[in-house]
Amino acid sequence: MEFLMSIIVGIIFMAATYLLLSKSLLRVIVGTAVLSHGVHLLLLTMGGLKKGAPPILKEGLTSYVDPLPQALILTAIVIAFGVTSFLLVMAFRAFQELRTDDMDQMRGNDQHE
Amino acid sequence: MINFLLLPILIPLITGVILIFFSKNIIAQRWISGISSLSTIAVSAILVQKIRQDGIQTLDVSSWDAPFGITLVSDMLSALLVLTTSIVACTTLIYSFRSIGQERERFYYYPCFNFLIVGVNGAFTTGDIFNLFVFFEVMLMASYALIVLGGTKIQLRESIKYLLVNIISSALFVITVAYLYSVVGTLNMAHISQRISEVDQPGIITVIAILFLVVFGLKGAVFPLSFWLPGSYNAPPIPVMALFGALLTKVGVYSIMRTYTLLFYHDTGYTSKILATLAILSIIFGLIGALAFADIKKIIIYNIIVAVGVILFGISVMTTDSLTGSVFYLIHDMLIKTTLFLLIGIIISITGTSKLQEISGLIKKYPGLAWTFFLSALSLAGIPPLSGFIGKLLIVKGGFEAGNYLGAAIVLISSLLILLSIMKIFINGFWGTPRSYEGEKKASVKTLMIAPIILIIISILLGVGAQAVYPYISQAAETLVKPEIYIDAVLKE
Repeated sequence: MEFLMSIIVGIIFMAATYLLLSKSLLRVIVGTAVLSHGVHLLLLTMGGLKKGAPPILKEGLTSYVDPLPQALILTAIVIAFGVTSFLLVMAFRAFQELRTDDMDQMRGNDQHE
Repeated sequence: MINFLLLPILIPLITGVILIFFSKNIIAQRWISGISSLSTIAVSAILVQKIRQDGIQTLDVSSWDAPFGITLVSDMLSALLVLTTSIVACTTLIYSFRSIGQERERFYYYPCFNFLIVGVNGAFTTGDIFNLFVFFEVMLMASYALIVLGGTKIQLRESIKYLLVNIISSALFVITVAYLYSVVGTLNMAHISQRISEVDQPGIITVIAILFLVVFGLKGAVFPLSFWLPGSYNAPPIPVMALFGALLTKVGVYSIMRTYTLLFYHDTGYTSKILATLAILSIIFGLIGALAFADIKKIIIYNIIVAVGVILFGISVMTTDSLTGSVFYLIHDMLIKTTLFLLIGIIISITGTSKLQEISGLIKKYPGLAWTFFLSALSLAGIPPLSGFIGKLLIVKGGFEAGNYLGAAIVLISSLLILLSIMKIFINGFWGTPRSYEGEKKASVKTLMIAPIILIIISILLGVGAQAVYPYISQAAETLVKPEIYIDAVLKE
């Protein structure tokens, strides 16, 4: 199972990298979202995918799945969520001000604003 | 009193939360954040003194024992860095009062400022690798807000790049933590270190070490990963730039220092070679940039990369001398970079330009500014009585002792070229025939000068009083050289 997940995570990372290297800003943002999915899936996989009950304490249960990676993922998800929403709003503002979403046209230095 | 090491994190946090409620009342904002930053300095100074007397302070948050809960660890290194951060924050705040402008102050400048300090102080104090990630995010999120606050075109353009780079590096950080967790099965740094020494650093751990270097190198602008820094740091207003230059990259450097001395110290042949190479390349790259530009902001920005390289070279050598030197240089550099950024901020507010060709003869009208700048330039280059000297001396000495002659020589030569790059500003900008500038009347140079003068005095005291400071620094380096001290303090065996 871990093997399959690793392959999937690899594909996700590949797609994310490809999107991050594209011209349009929106594609780049989709790339960051895809990247964070891959990261969270990897975190879950690396915690181990053994069979067990959900980590809720009940009588008579002996084996649980590891609760720690789940807590880490939950933290990472909300952080990624906050950052992504900030990035989206900033991309919107940048589009309003700069009138472009082409990353190539966002080059330049302080000589020409 | 056992919760004492939480205070440098808690005070700015609570201040930041309170300030959100007074966003339109600028006077109240200034007073509250001023008082809180002064009290943070006081608290962290007491913390340093406490560690000097009693050794490493640890706090198991909500009394869960060490590997299971989050443990905050304040050893001498992190306490000194927290103290330096507080000083930098306080002086930058004083400078901000006069220079940041009401539009920004009304839109949550001070809350963001305080949250940035929360993130930095937290990152210096935490003893848990995932908690380090969270504090990194606190710091970065505040820095995103600060870098774009104001919303000019250049800020928007550069912030997007800054955000993207940091989002990717944060994703890499989580990936690396995931790998490390799957190998050692714990997140507490002391416990990780113990587990790694049990298996004696197999290949996979070295891979993870390099991944950490990539992650923290992206945060700390180590050579091939420093491409984002010159553009991004050019965008925000001066006090924000000073904060970024002094604190953000140094947190990355601190993390490299911590992980390479605490976690991955068993099989150093490969990692330290890579670290040394990257350090030297950073120095060279930074120097090329610092010498190439005739823009005063750019010159200082490239000097950040040089300093990161010098500190990393000290870490890569891994002797007591070089690590002591690195710690000393790190603290010195945080102070002096803030001073320089604030000083060029004053120059820009007088002249209205950052181009060196358009500035000359400032020394006639502003002798105080000129001589302060001169002193900080000498201090940056490491002229003996000033603070940059001892750190570099120890790093070079460590380099020669360890037989890395090339690296040590480059560190030495770098001093000369740093001096050249910074004296270029002094000679072209301050000497020559005086000019008059538009908007010169408006610049309130006297009040703006308070912050850099405080900083340069501290920096001079750090150099002249090295005898008094040295025991603290060497205590900090002792933990780096002997990680057992740290592990025993956390796991309490």
